Amino acid sequence: MSAEQRTEDQHAEDQRVAALLQKRTRPVDWQNPVPKARYDLCILGAGPAGLAAAEIAAGHGLSVALLERHRLGGNSLNSGTIPSKALIGATRAAADQREFGAAMRRLRQVRARIAEHDSIDRLVARGVDVFFGEARFTGRRALVSGATTLQFKKALIVTGARPRVDDIPGLGTVGYLTSDNIFDLPALPKRLAVIGGGPLGCELGQAFSALGSHVIIIQRQSKFLPRMERDAADLLSRALSGAGIETRLDTEVVAARCVNGEKLLDVVNNELRFAIASDAILVSVGRVANVADLDLEAAGVEFDPETGVRIDDFLRTTNRDIYAAGDACIPDQFTNIAETTARMAVANAFGRRRERHSRLLIPRCTYCTPEIAQVGLDNRSAREKGIPITSYTILMQDVDRAITDGLDQGFVKIYVRDGGDQILGATIVAARASEMINELSVIMHAGIGMRSLARIVHTYPAQSGAVRLAALAYLRDQAVLGW
Amino acid sequence: MAPLDSPFPTNSASPLLSLSDEDLLDRLQRGAFAYLRSYTDPKTGLVADTSRPGAPASIAVVGFALSCYPVAVERGWIDRRSAAEITLTALRFFATSEQSEAPNATGFHGFYYHFLDMSTGRRVWQCEISVVDTALLIAGVLSAAMYFDGDGNGHGGGNSAEAEIRRLAEALYRRVDWPWAQNGGETVTQGWKPECGFLREDWEGYNEATIVYLLAIGSPTFPLPPESFAGWTATYQWENMLNVDLLYAGPLFTHLFSHAWIDYRGIQDAFMREKQSDYFINTRQAVALQREYCARNPNDYVGYDRDLWGISAGDGPSHTQMGRHRRDLRVYGYMARGVPLGPDDGTLAPWAMLATVPFNPNAALRGTRRLLELYPEVCREDRLVSGFNPTYSDAQGCWLSEGWYGLDQGLLVMMLENHRSGLNWRLMRKCQYVRDGLGRAGFAGAWLGQAS
Repeated sequence: MSAEQRTEDQHAEDQRVAALLQKRTRPVDWQNPVPKARYDLCILGAGPAGLAAAEIAAGHGLSVALLERHRLGGNSLNSGTIPSKALIGATRAAADQREFGAAMRRLRQVRARIAEHDSIDRLVARGVDVFFGEARFTGRRALVSGATTLQFKKALIVTGARPRVDDIPGLGTVGYLTSDNIFDLPALPKRLAVIGGGPLGCELGQAFSALGSHVIIIQRQSKFLPRMERDAADLLSRALSGAGIETRLDTEVVAARCVNGEKLLDVVNNELRFAIASDAILVSVGRVANVADLDLEAAGVEFDPETGVRIDDFLRTTNRDIYAAGDACIPDQFTNIAETTARMAVANAFGRRRERHSRLLIPRCTYCTPEIAQVGLDNRSAREKGIPITSYTILMQDVDRAITDGLDQGFVKIYVRDGGDQILGATIVAARASEMINELSVIMHAGIGMRSLARIVHTYPAQSGAVRLAALAYLRDQAVLGW
Repeated sequence: MAPLDSPFPTNSASPLLSLSDEDLLDRLQRGAFAYLRSYTDPKTGLVADTSRPGAPASIAVVGFALSCYPVAVERGWIDRRSAAEITLTALRFFATSEQSEAPNATGFHGFYYHFLDMSTGRRVWQCEISVVDTALLIAGVLSAAMYFDGDGNGHGGGNSAEAEIRRLAEALYRRVDWPWAQNGGETVTQGWKPECGFLREDWEGYNEATIVYLLAIGSPTFPLPPESFAGWTATYQWENMLNVDLLYAGPLFTHLFSHAWIDYRGIQDAFMREKQSDYFINTRQAVALQREYCARNPNDYVGYDRDLWGISAGDGPSHTQMGRHRRDLRVYGYMARGVPLGPDDGTLAPWAMLATVPFNPNAALRGTRRLLELYPEVCREDRLVSGFNPTYSDAQGCWLSEGWYGLDQGLLVMMLENHRSGLNWRLMRKCQYVRDGLGRAGFAGAWLGQAS
């Protein structure tokens, strides 16, 4: 096959995949339905939170309207979790397959495939009325989607968040990427400057580095992932440097300019001012809740333009009939937290029992290499609460399967309340920490302590053997005879 | 026959190996002290950070040196009058040097720049006003005041110089404005620069800075509130790692620096009471962790063994220094190395291993003997280098740090003395400010008595 023919075929395939994604997330010929007189539940936003809420509400026979400004799937599917993980997945493929164009094609295929899980067809089949267009509140129990007025008994605000962009002089003129558009890049930038060393900046920095970019991460604070457990953040910091990523801590970007086609960021570190040159700039300094254009005042819903909708512990807003969930109101912006709080909000709105979102035990993961996952308390939060703990730490380099796999970076830390065997939390840094943390999550939900954990036989060899090794260390430490 | 499993051709065995333990320690202690004598400027009393040409003075090394002169007097290496003279020279220098926000001053708010020009005593390298290094200096100043207790009438061989030492020591301690270093926060910052103000690095978790809090909380003039100690210990991590329970800090020196002055045996703060341990036992545990880690040797580094360990902050190889090395080895240059979470590039700090001798004499001596047997080149002029890396090697042998570092030598003199006679611990046990600091920070027990 000639190179020309191959290019043509690829182009045709790209178009097919794009059309498939469009069909599943927002068909071009879509007609909004005629609204019912009043809905049990109007959901603003069809990201992971909105889709989860629609499913559970429709499944319980409630009449549901789902309103979406862009496409189904929200950030998670279109510009966040899924594309970034698809890109990271591509970087872990064999070296000769780590070509940028192939990685991006794979990313688009992955996105279109996963879009089927919550496609428009499925929503319609579940009886959900989907309205595309801008939506805003017009009263305490009414809103409009485009020109259509919808009445509701209850509403759920799950409008998510968008990338924050700092007000850096010149940045707008120079041009920059955010997670919203970096996955549309036509070619690999030779040099990529990443502003922000949080989860997204580190994940994408590593991914682009693995694909061949020279990556420079510029972080205002003195460490990466500042909210993460100290040893995990330290380990990541070394992994970034080890991968050849240029890391600039304690460094603030003060201006951006273009010189001879190069994008220059003027930065200051300890009063030393210098310029960092790049071909593309990614801004990943956090996210801002999408609440500005919803006329929330009309519904009596209080909010902060930065942090989002004000909610109580039951996810209810200052309007008793309106709830909020996910990134629109919760600082921990993870897809699983968005989905879970959305389900909880529906249950609180319509169920008999109300639950507090502060009591949720939700594991979270940053998909760097190695991955960093956390559930429950860590050392810092336990001490802040005045809870004395011991951390049982197993290094992956002491875990047989990690050694056989050649994936022995990282550790498992299990935090145990002193004077007993209650597990209060865990931090895992490992190649597959996102999978391993779920065992701890189950264990904590089930109230299983270290003594019982030591009796749960694991497969051998397995990376999760580290979890049991920690329990065995506990037995040894407490001089408990166990097997 | 090559000794043990040396990876290199037989080195001539170190003559030190034939000495008894006591004689070995004496030789190495004296060798370490000789560094302080050789690299001190007689006009300022400042001591060089390293033996390398042009090296500036480090204020922390001066602090160690001030604590080592009493050792040398007691051991008969120098007479009391010379010790008092050099001590007084250093104290006079600090008392009269410029304290201002000028970028070339010696200090500010009673603190001092980390590195000073050996002859002018002014700031070099745009370095920071260092809070922890000032504390190490002040600990040495107070040690001197405790030792030189002559009354000017010939008591203790003393004279008016000894009275002046005490007066200056008191003045230097009293003028340190510890709350300034808090920069409005609960805990202290790491330092300050005239160019950019307070440094922003976090100080999180247990480290060598215990001495900062104890001296600051005990201050009669600018005390930190006692709660600041609790604020600092709030970031502690109590860990079970490699089956060793300890208050975790990776680099070995963090378990040694404050301990050179403070006799932690049997005294406990709230955290250690909660954990039924103390900071002395904790350093023993840190030794156990080092030994267990080196026995497991996950990275298969050359030389690591239960009896050859010592992973700490210090000099290490950088890639530009040698041509040939193990293919996958990533080296870090000067760096705080630690166990078991790293970073670890195969570099060992032989002085750190020996400096643990008060905590686990058997382990420190076994380790040092094995070191001298396998790598006698790390000890020249009876003095241990800052670091060596047997994994990072070429035909000439393993990578060796050039010259010597003053911190390593000063710490060794003090720790060997604490093991041999307990002199440095005894001196600080007498210091009321230290007792006040410990008491207010919540320490009680053993020599300190019960909590009030």
